[in-house]
Amino acid sequence: MIRSLLLAASIAALAPSALAQTIAITGGKIVTNTNQGIIENGTVVIRDGRVVSVGTAATPDGATVIDAAGKWITPGLFAAFSRIGLSELDSEDPTNDVSASGSDFQASLRAADSFNPSQTAIAVTRIEGFTRAAIVGSPGKGLFGGYGAIIDTSGDFDSINARDTFMIARLGESGAGAAGGSRAASWQWLLTAIDDAKAYPRGFEDDNEGDLLSRKEAVALKPVVEGRVPLMVEVHNASDILQLLTLRQREPRMKLMLLGATEGWRVADQVAAANVPVIVNPLSNLPNSFEVLAATLENASRLEKAGVTVAIADPGEATHNTRFIQQLAANAVANGMTWDGAFKAISSVPAALYGQADLGVLRQGAIADVVIWDGDPLELMSSPDAVYIAGVATEMESRQTKLRDRYLNVDEPLPQAYER
Amino acid sequence: MKRWKLISLAALMAAACATGAETTPATDQAASPSEPVKAMPARVAYNPDPYPSTYKPLPADNVLIRNATVFDGLGGEIKGGAVLIQDGKITAVGSEASMTMPAGIRTIDGTGRFVTPGIIDIHSHLGVYPSPGISAHQDGNEVSGPVTAEVWAEHAIWPHDPGFTRAMAGGITAMQILPGSANLFGGRGVIIKNVPARTAQGMKFPGAPYTLKMACGENPKRVYGYGGGRFPGSAPFSRMGNIAGYRDAWQRATEYKRKWDKYNADFDAWEKKTKSSAPKAGDDKGPGDPPNAPDRNFELDTLMGVLNGEILVQHHCYRADEMAQVIDLSKEFGYKVTAFHHGVEAYKIADMLGANGICGALWADWWGFKAEAYDGIRENIPIVHKAQNGCAIVHSDDANGIQRLNQEAAKALADGIKAGINISKAEAWTWLSRNPAKAMGILDKTGTLEAGKAADVVIWSGDPFSSYTRADLVFVDGAITWDRNDPARRPVVDFELGQPGEGDVK
Repeated sequence: MIRSLLLAASIAALAPSALAQTIAITGGKIVTNTNQGIIENGTVVIRDGRVVSVGTAATPDGATVIDAAGKWITPGLFAAFSRIGLSELDSEDPTNDVSASGSDFQASLRAADSFNPSQTAIAVTRIEGFTRAAIVGSPGKGLFGGYGAIIDTSGDFDSINARDTFMIARLGESGAGAAGGSRAASWQWLLTAIDDAKAYPRGFEDDNEGDLLSRKEAVALKPVVEGRVPLMVEVHNASDILQLLTLRQREPRMKLMLLGATEGWRVADQVAAANVPVIVNPLSNLPNSFEVLAATLENASRLEKAGVTVAIADPGEATHNTRFIQQLAANAVANGMTWDGAFKAISSVPAALYGQADLGVLRQGAIADVVIWDGDPLELMSSPDAVYIAGVATEMESRQTKLRDRYLNVDEPLPQAYER
Repeated sequence: MKRWKLISLAALMAAACATGAETTPATDQAASPSEPVKAMPARVAYNPDPYPSTYKPLPADNVLIRNATVFDGLGGEIKGGAVLIQDGKITAVGSEASMTMPAGIRTIDGTGRFVTPGIIDIHSHLGVYPSPGISAHQDGNEVSGPVTAEVWAEHAIWPHDPGFTRAMAGGITAMQILPGSANLFGGRGVIIKNVPARTAQGMKFPGAPYTLKMACGENPKRVYGYGGGRFPGSAPFSRMGNIAGYRDAWQRATEYKRKWDKYNADFDAWEKKTKSSAPKAGDDKGPGDPPNAPDRNFELDTLMGVLNGEILVQHHCYRADEMAQVIDLSKEFGYKVTAFHHGVEAYKIADMLGANGICGALWADWWGFKAEAYDGIRENIPIVHKAQNGCAIVHSDDANGIQRLNQEAAKALADGIKAGINISKAEAWTWLSRNPAKAMGILDKTGTLEAGKAADVVIWSGDPFSSYTRADLVFVDGAITWDRNDPARRPVVDFELGQPGEGDVK
């Protein structure tokens, strides 16, 4: 309630013309994610959806001043892996578009085509400081799960920022199962799919299909094999990771990203040498399966030390609790990762991975995704006071906060259904 | 005329413990040959503890923890406080100056550190759904029928689950292991100490009561009515069927209890008659045969234990309206719900939970994975806490979440404060130790830092509500079970031996 009141004030201030207005967020501790580092008692000026200046210069005349004394000012968080907007209730199939096990289309599926910006998880995620997310479906059968997209959390109908940004696939135990029962089968599947896509369209002239892929699927994979779009592969076991890295020699044009990489620390030097970024869940420390026996809380910090580009997210919890990514980063720090590395792993690193260099940073010209926090953004007792997306202050309200406000006090004369 | 030799109940129980079976009367060796005396038929009674705890505390030193910030688990905070541990018990809490202790006692400097009661997780499936989660390890749901009150979680606990040691690193000193939520009645839960052992018995919390897992809502009707592609399966298909299934079982339990109560009353009367009826000359009428005991039914034994107030009900229930139905159900059959688990909508009826003395064992922020979890809010725990007689508990239901229940409490606390519910960190610690201990029936033994209680204690590297804080030392009954800085005190379970990552930081 307190949060929404504060924002109501700032939104009212912006109401006449948010875009034409200059906003100065003053007096806060600024995390720039640039070589400016952290600026104490600094001011961020934004106008027309962009950052105009970051530093300790005076507030421009005529600017709407937002006092952030004692607060932290950071770029909006960027979820490196999410499924918000793809599922309203995970257990109810009609509301859940994460995967399509009954479809012959897989690589050619596009998360952007399923995305619904009105889903409740969007606002729930936004008010915890996330302004952008990479969203993608899950392979329904076979190895590929289609294209991921970049969205913002404004909830607006035009909140898809970039379509077809990466392709997702799986190897390891899951991939082996999907390919017929062994890792050898999944590897053969992957190579054959790559060859089909490379051969398209010439190889598809005689009959309608490749060795493995239909025409449509081959078309979808073409940008991946040509290295125009990265392939994100969920893989956890150290030996499976090394196997995947051999693709760098066979297909030098392809760009790879590792999702999960729970045993990544065991082959951290090889991953670093291959210049392949990883998206890890730093809290994966249980041997949930035989492919992650070497799971450790220090995976993220060891990868960071080896020079690997590390983003942080949880491939297993993505539809509703993308907001947990903040807690994942905090625990990476508790287990040896640098604060700077962990914060970048949930902001500027994912932005850069998906080609969004103007996001995840506070510098002149950057897109003005700005969060004002009441404390260290990696402390679980901190939370955002305000979230700006492209310079626009957003409502700090979700279906959850409305339910909360309705039930904070039940000693009222009318039933709760009359209270909104 | 028959003569009976009385055998004491204590002797019966001893016999039962030895055999684990129904007690049988011993023959009387001392009977006079001239007057044959038949052994007195014993009352049929069953050993309530046939799988007893064999837990033995680890070797422990006496120790004084000094200069620390202490959360006593009762809601109090002591700055620059001390905790004295002797012979596995807490003997003093407060200011060091006021304590008497043996000379040369080992001391631990708590400067900059926090001391709390060990965290108690009231909802865990460690051991019954262990890591790795392979098909061979799926031992937490006996899905053979909607009522399986006869199964006991302890019979499936694999003590080599690596999850136990991960939980140790998170400051967990005790937990309740529950069967899953497939069934209306899932079976008995068991309370264990978080110590490495070769057997489940070696972990069992001595003197803790048994518990009964029940489940509301979507799970039972999905697993049975619509389960496994068997549609049409078997009841329950609906929430109506859920309640009907509960009522049917409680009615059977009521009748079973009535039979046993009658049998015991009849046996009392018969026994009294036998003792008082001195044989008279010419009188052939003795006390007659003793009453026949009812047939034993393991399912109804557990439910009767609830009706007798010996077994605590732990009811998985998400929706507020369903919790209200279950409260009425409990009143209809005369038992008490000790805690609702998950209770994603507990905030809607926090007043009712308080008024009925029912705890809410809750997540900080899980929601949305199914319809009955749709209305989850982040202030659920603080709202339940602030209700009159409110009893909020942070629970995990998760092998990962159990490792950081202090962080879950931190999230809930912060959101409560932001919503205007003022709760101190020290008060919030009651969610992690006192309240779960209460709802598990072990508050007289652990859950707070008070003289006389078990020294189940955690020393944290800093404020346990900070993301960056880790458990440095964990004590169970005064013994160090976990030391973050000493690999020799970081247990490695059998499963992990010889595997990649053995003995690594976990």
